[in-house]
Amino acid sequence: MSAATATVTADARIPLRGHLRHTGALVRRNLLWIRQDPESMFDAILFPVIFTLLFVYVFGGSIGQSLGGGQEAYVQYVVPGLMAMMGMNMAQGVGTGFNTDFNSGVMDRFRSLPIGRGSVLFAKIAVEVLRMLFATVILMIVGVLVGFDITNWAGLLASVGLSAVFGSALMWVFLTLGVIMKSAQSVQAMGFLVLMPLQFGSSIFAPTQSMPGWLQAFTDYNPLSALADSARGLMVGGPVAHDLWLTLGWSAAITAVMAPVAIHKFRTKN
Amino acid sequence: MAPDTVIGMTRIDNNPNGGSIAVSVRGLVKHYGETKALDGVDLDVREGTVMGVLGPNGAGKTTLVRILSTLLVPDAGQATVAGYDVVRQPRQLRRVIGLTGQYASVDEKLPGWENLYMIGRLLDLPRKDARARADELLERFSLTDAAKRPASTYSGGMRRRLDLAASMIGHPAVLFLDEPTTGLDPRTRNEVWDEVKRMVGEGVTVLLTTQYMEEAEQLASELTVVDRGQVIANGAIEELKAKVGGRALRVRPADPMQLRPLAAALDELGITGLATTTVDAARGDVLVPILSDEQLTAVVNAVTARGITLSSITTELPSLDEVFLSLTGHRASAPQDATPADTREEVAV
Repeated sequence: MSAATATVTADARIPLRGHLRHTGALVRRNLLWIRQDPESMFDAILFPVIFTLLFVYVFGGSIGQSLGGGQEAYVQYVVPGLMAMMGMNMAQGVGTGFNTDFNSGVMDRFRSLPIGRGSVLFAKIAVEVLRMLFATVILMIVGVLVGFDITNWAGLLASVGLSAVFGSALMWVFLTLGVIMKSAQSVQAMGFLVLMPLQFGSSIFAPTQSMPGWLQAFTDYNPLSALADSARGLMVGGPVAHDLWLTLGWSAAITAVMAPVAIHKFRTKN
Repeated sequence: MAPDTVIGMTRIDNNPNGGSIAVSVRGLVKHYGETKALDGVDLDVREGTVMGVLGPNGAGKTTLVRILSTLLVPDAGQATVAGYDVVRQPRQLRRVIGLTGQYASVDEKLPGWENLYMIGRLLDLPRKDARARADELLERFSLTDAAKRPASTYSGGMRRRLDLAASMIGHPAVLFLDEPTTGLDPRTRNEVWDEVKRMVGEGVTVLLTTQYMEEAEQLASELTVVDRGQVIANGAIEELKAKVGGRALRVRPADPMQLRPLAAALDELGITGLATTTVDAARGDVLVPILSDEQLTAVVNAVTARGITLSSITTELPSLDEVFLSLTGHRASAPQDATPADTREEVAV
């Protein structure tokens, strides 16, 4: 390079306060979207209602029998599982939404502003976690209405937190897909293809004991099983420690790998 | 064709506080596979001036703007904006630029005011200042009445004005306008031009890309003509027109009845420039293409010999369309009388 460039000073760094300010401004943007378009909250309301009713009343009786009870037994089993699922579903949605957002002109403006480019992604995750908490409240209301017995409030809060942690880890995966894939539809299709086997090949909806050996091997290592089982343990009782650590481990690992990838892809995409 | 009219090979100025070159580009290259979007581009924009980058679709104009606004990293070459290197100092650079893209880069779901407030906060303005700046710019761009409506309900011109307002929040030293009026109807286009002229009046340096000769002529003082990723000509607009050679004289007789005799006298001179002598009856004058000062003198002599009294003689430079045609061998865009909105057809590259 020429002599002129040698005198160029290092680039400015953005202080932490700046990052918080930028993320705050972008969180406000995403919250205003919801106010502008309240229908975007439909999924957060309908998803827990439909899934709870569907699983409790369609499968509840027969799966409940295998649990040694009936529908009531299954309610206690599936509501913590659905809570675990909540984070995932929101995570899938964030990829689709972000893809549309990413392809709009405003992203060029964001990327030409002196902000940390991670701020755009952090804001997205913050708002999605808020949506997830909202969906969880709906889930608990419907759960109680169909007979779920909240015995341990501290455990309930802990499992909400755990789902949020795991959900936001997964959001990095879907944000990455949202950035690199060409259309919102393909992000959605991809999310569906990945999440479907993970959701059903886990202990979220049914105990795994009756599954064939190869599938059990899969479900045992499926982080969603660990998340569902720790939520169950925290909310209704039972062993927790192993699954809890496993879930936290998975969350940390996914975030450690995927957050830098997502930010890098966001930063360098043309 | 060699870029032999590059004006002043000014050194790269690394002092952000001084110097007269606001944008400096040297040997900039960006390839997409086989496609050479930019193939060694050099240009300088002096502080406080408007540089028009003119070229057809696919000439590399947008790639240039995206590199200069740090959205793209070049494959080779060097560029500085306000003294900051586009690759090494992107954050500092972003603080001094404004960008308005080909499509409106505003958040359509947010109201106009919220768009501006958000950008203010992202530029680290305190809440109070960000609010005041949003109010001020909405007022200035005549959007106060629409402040609370989502940008998606705005007309094309309002959206573009909001976009310009958003670009101005941080008081940028350099403004990049990437085809700011593409897709707008003529009336709206004039609105945008007026806004740009106002900004320039306030001392902002502008780099403007356009496919429209008329736009470059309206806004830019200097012009860089690009084609297929290369600069094919560079200089003051008047200079470029002169380079193509040929001017035209508009000769107006004092008595309109003398129009035909005047045309006949000029025809007899047998001067052939870029076009032939034409009578413009509506304007009441005759247009004579000339190539040299001697020919100008010959025209005057011929008129005097016939005893025709003239009310005016004016020199006209050729249109930029003709300039482009003679520089590249192909037309830059569809005919000028078409409105920008319906000249979206692409020139084969």
